[in-house]
Amino acid sequence: MSEPLIFHFDVDGDNFTSAGQASVTIKKDLRRLGLSSEIIRRVSIAMYEGEINMVIHAGGGVADVRVFEEYIEIVLTDRGPGISNIDQAMQEGFSTAPDAIRSLGFGAGMGLPNMKRYTDDMKIETVVGEGTTITMRVNLT
Amino acid sequence: MKISTIKELLDASVLCSEEHINRHVYSACGSDMMSDVLAFVKDQAVLLTGLVNSQVIRTAEMMDMVCIVFVRSKTPSEEMLRLAEECGIVVLKTDKRMYEACGVLFANGLIGNKVRRE
Repeated sequence: MSEPLIFHFDVDGDNFTSAGQASVTIKKDLRRLGLSSEIIRRVSIAMYEGEINMVIHAGGGVADVRVFEEYIEIVLTDRGPGISNIDQAMQEGFSTAPDAIRSLGFGAGMGLPNMKRYTDDMKIETVVGEGTTITMRVNLT
Repeated sequence: MKISTIKELLDASVLCSEEHINRHVYSACGSDMMSDVLAFVKDQAVLLTGLVNSQVIRTAEMMDMVCIVFVRSKTPSEEMLRLAEECGIVVLKTDKRMYEACGVLFANGLIGNKVRRE
């Protein structure tokens, strides 16, 4: 199998205004690869929600996107507080985001459910007090 | 429905990307919660919102939307308009409130769309 194309992004945790820049960039990169608009939208929305989550909850992090022949893998890693109850976090409408974030249009408890909705596979590894790694996969075939 | 028709129906002004005003749109959604917007999937949609920050433009771009309508005369910043212009998104502004703006468009045939479920 040929080597995957790798894209790496640092997500700035201090700036809500710039949150989403990595997702905008990956969207452009994937367009250049000639992938279908449906695939590009699913990858970029999942990554955008993840990016927003990292800014809201974890003070930023890193995002790595690898494009393989058969799938695209998105890995989001942060050193935030971790998720104490994943089942609860996966419920639509459940959120621990502060009110200030809600007034910015996020924190509706849709982030993780949306990430799951738009990807074919999602794995959450989290340790309370240490951080969270989310690995998502979107199949190309 | 053409974006130019939306402009007329809502008595709206065009804030940027006027060159795309003859594009056709087939569905719309109204929300101030961007994550709710992101739960919808369909091409060519219009976003009506009373929320004003850069994430509105990014959300619209992520969803491949082509038009944003700011209701209640909310005015986006120059920076937001620059982002929208870059993405070719038409930005409109109307005095109408969310309920009325959505109602007018719906009554004239611009439908909503469905949440994608696995």
